Amino acid sequence: MASLRCFLRSGRNAVSVILRREFHKTSPAALQVTVRDALNQAMDEELERDERVFLLGEEVAQYDGAYKVSRGLWKKYGDKRIIDTPITEMGFAGIAVGAAMAGLRPICEFMTFNFSMQAIDQVINSAAKTYYMSAGVAAQHSQCFAAWYGHCPGLKVISPWSAEDAKGLLKSAIRDDNPVVVLENELMYGVPFEMSEEAQSKDFTIPIGKAKVERQGSHITLVSHSRMVGHCLDAAAVLAKEGIECEVINLRTIRPMDIDTIEASVMKTNHLITVEGGWPQFGVGAEICARIMEGQAFNYLDAPAIRVTGVDIPMPYAKILEDHSTPQIKDIIFSVKKTLNV
Amino acid sequence: MQKMLTIISNVLRGSASRNGAEMVSEGTRVVVSARTYADFTPQATFDIKKCDLHRLEEGPPQQAVLTREEGLQYYRTMQTMRRMELKADQLYKQKIIRGFCHLYDGQEACAVGIEAGINLTDHLITAYRAHGYTLTRGGTVREILAELTGRRGGIAKGKGGSMHMYTKNFYGGNGIVGAQVPLGAGVALACKYQEKNELCVCLYGDGAANQGQIFETYNMASLWKLPCIFICENNKYGMGTSVERAAASTDYYKRGDFIPGLRVDGMDVLCVREATKFAAEHCRSGKGPILMELQTYRYHGHSMSDPGISYRTREEIQEVRSKSDPISMLKDRMLNNNMASVEELKEIDVEVRKEIEDAAQFATTDPEPPLDDLCNHLFYNDPPIEVRGTNPWTKLKSVS
Repeated sequence: MASLRCFLRSGRNAVSVILRREFHKTSPAALQVTVRDALNQAMDEELERDERVFLLGEEVAQYDGAYKVSRGLWKKYGDKRIIDTPITEMGFAGIAVGAAMAGLRPICEFMTFNFSMQAIDQVINSAAKTYYMSAGVAAQHSQCFAAWYGHCPGLKVISPWSAEDAKGLLKSAIRDDNPVVVLENELMYGVPFEMSEEAQSKDFTIPIGKAKVERQGSHITLVSHSRMVGHCLDAAAVLAKEGIECEVINLRTIRPMDIDTIEASVMKTNHLITVEGGWPQFGVGAEICARIMEGQAFNYLDAPAIRVTGVDIPMPYAKILEDHSTPQIKDIIFSVKKTLNV
Repeated sequence: MQKMLTIISNVLRGSASRNGAEMVSEGTRVVVSARTYADFTPQATFDIKKCDLHRLEEGPPQQAVLTREEGLQYYRTMQTMRRMELKADQLYKQKIIRGFCHLYDGQEACAVGIEAGINLTDHLITAYRAHGYTLTRGGTVREILAELTGRRGGIAKGKGGSMHMYTKNFYGGNGIVGAQVPLGAGVALACKYQEKNELCVCLYGDGAANQGQIFETYNMASLWKLPCIFICENNKYGMGTSVERAAASTDYYKRGDFIPGLRVDGMDVLCVREATKFAAEHCRSGKGPILMELQTYRYHGHSMSDPGISYRTREEIQEVRSKSDPISMLKDRMLNNNMASVEELKEIDVEVRKEIEDAAQFATTDPEPPLDDLCNHLFYNDPPIEVRGTNPWTKLKSVS
């Protein structure tokens, strides 16, 4: 039986779209690419490279994508490769998994990951478990799904932050012979990032399962994923003015997690804070802290490792409440100073 | 001698046409196409039940031609399936098979008839009552029984069990009721995409037929004209709930609404075969999906933990066994039309029995999977990884 190559991606629903332009590096003659465009490029390149790849989801074809991530693809590749579906998540997620079982490489898009809950059975019971159960013969609106999908053996889960992350990880996900959940953050779509020459190549991929040190530092390690990476870098910039040098790690992959990079960093800085947008209980930060405790880096900690997370409540509606329900830069700065006892 | 035979055959032919159906068993009429002494009839044509039609101008033919070879093959396969399931029942009661076990005896004509109407290069997916299909799709009795007993020689190396058996172009074996239907449409989408003129047979039961995701699938399969034969195996009970208590409409062949449908006698292997051929032709000609309801019956309860008599009577089960058993029906047809002898069929029974015994022997003596296989097969085509064991100091290895 052909392997399961089902691959899911989606944006996160937001009550209000925050428009912000962020420039995290400046260098001459650099190409600025938004996360949205990077995702679009990744899909375009992979559709061209492998004729088994196709995209299905609500509004992905003629509407150019609900968030315009698939803009232009239907015009270029047509009805066979870019398929608009009715509003039937369970059905089309199952169809995507079935097509993967039969040898194709579908990209199944959920308009928001909240909608994927309707299809979570197909993702977990049909996609994730089938390879294992067949012994290689051929094996379910506003929250962070890293912990949900990261819990499940048989899935790979990636969480890009920058445009380069988005492009490189998405391409790796499409080329991977296994089901991969891609946690896109809708608030990041419009943010431009510098894209290196290397990243502009059609063969550019980022390996799944490897974290990246975005900023070197010696006093404390900040581990994060997705949008919060930007917050960590902003906090680090402020703290640097006070002489505190933070090392910022971008996880890039939730599952399988690159604990080695985190351990090496903690052994250097002796302090650890995890930063995530998701809820605290049973989350990404909880997993990182547990593993650090169980490993060699524990002996190098000069203070307990702590988690900075979203508030343990459902996402509120009013803007001011919403703003205060996920970590702010000031929350990160506050936690760093508490940990370092300054 | 030759002249005498001609006279005899003329007389017989004459009397057959004069008395018609009264001379032979109900529902069959024999056309003698060749006759030499001491030999069997190489083929015969049988009347089969007319199918109820939904959104179809015409249906499958009402006669089926059966050759001797086909008859013997269907007989052997159905008998093997029957005995295999009964052996599984026995092993389960001896506690050599554990967990879930859903047996297929009574429904053999469905699996065998369907396979006779498609090719091995076509695709098929079903739910958890899957042992019969595993056999028709290329699995061996040995591999199936060894999977049920959880041994390394099992078709899924002992890691899947009863509900997770797979072969080439057979996608199991699925435990979540109804989830296999969108999967099957996805396989059909791949068939259409890859332009190899293949189709997908997608099975579900009368219980699953009420699932929302099946209607989502009907919609997309019809919109995109996917080459998908949806088949509802209606055995009258979803676990302990009769169809009347579960469905506002028990006309399962009509539930596809805009999808054409036919209701088929699922106890007659020839009826199932002809309907499947008809449906396959419909799909391959690009007309899109089609729906078949097979009216069938299971002798066992829903699973081995269900005696199957709290929601139906023993009399009902007995009546189906005596009047509509698929194997008996085929056997009678062949014997009454001199297509096989009693001894010949008995010999097949003996061979089948031996095959099952050998397989059971293997399934009870083959060792269990090795412990270092525990974490394998998490991913396909990936480098080996480490997997956490039950505590932080236990690190297990996983290869693709």
